[in-house]
Amino acid sequence: MSGEAVGVGAMVEPPALADGLTVRVGVDLMAIDDVRDAVDRLGERYLTRLFTRHEQACCQGPDGVVAESLAARFAAKEAVLKLLRPPEVRPHWRDIEVRRNADGSCGVRLHGDAADLAAERGVTHIGLSLSHEAGLAVAVAAGTCWDPEAGPPSSPCHDRRGDRTEDHHG
Amino acid sequence: MDEINERVRAVVVAHARLPVEAAGLGDDDDLFAAGMTSHASVNVMLALEEAFDVEFPNAALRKSTFQSIAAMAHAVDVLVEPSPSA
Repeated sequence: MSGEAVGVGAMVEPPALADGLTVRVGVDLMAIDDVRDAVDRLGERYLTRLFTRHEQACCQGPDGVVAESLAARFAAKEAVLKLLRPPEVRPHWRDIEVRRNADGSCGVRLHGDAADLAAERGVTHIGLSLSHEAGLAVAVAAGTCWDPEAGPPSSPCHDRRGDRTEDHHG
Repeated sequence: MDEINERVRAVVVAHARLPVEAAGLGDDDDLFAAGMTSHASVNVMLALEEAFDVEFPNAALRKSTFQSIAAMAHAVDVLVEPSPSA
């Protein structure tokens, strides 16, 4: 130990990968039983307010909602939120959508306020990994972040403003 | 407002999953500091919507709206009785 005081100081950002390019990471952990209880107690209101139709469809099993999958998706939304760092008002949960790819992996599609926030923050590509075990679901989101002043404009994970719908089909 | 506060408190007791005795919390106590998770705050929000037949608009989706019983009661009060100009 150097004896230096350790405390809250200036914002620490990872070193740039290239001129103006950094990586941001967000992680979240969710108790699966909490999600199961919420589905039991709040039912459709919980499902439709937080999850798109695509997400709900991906979480349906032969016996109804698969709480493990739903918990992983809620964790993913929170992980992406940590990556986007909203100022005060957070984007709606459905504006951060977990999409299942053909190969079984998952990705993120941003809509509405979440897409706007990502553009504002210079976040372009977001990768996602989900897992669950022993009563817990975890999600890690990693995104490339360009200095908004200097970065490239293409944002393949975003739906631009105007694509916003009350639900996202497909 | 007192009646709204008490109804909000009942929702918090039922849905906030606090590790402390929610019934003993003050109206201005910080619920996140008391252990309410973001998922639990969502449950509280949805339960409030059901209890008061309101819907929190996107602009209300901020941590401070759900920080305390008093803050939630104020938000509900605004939603139940919107201003005439709204």
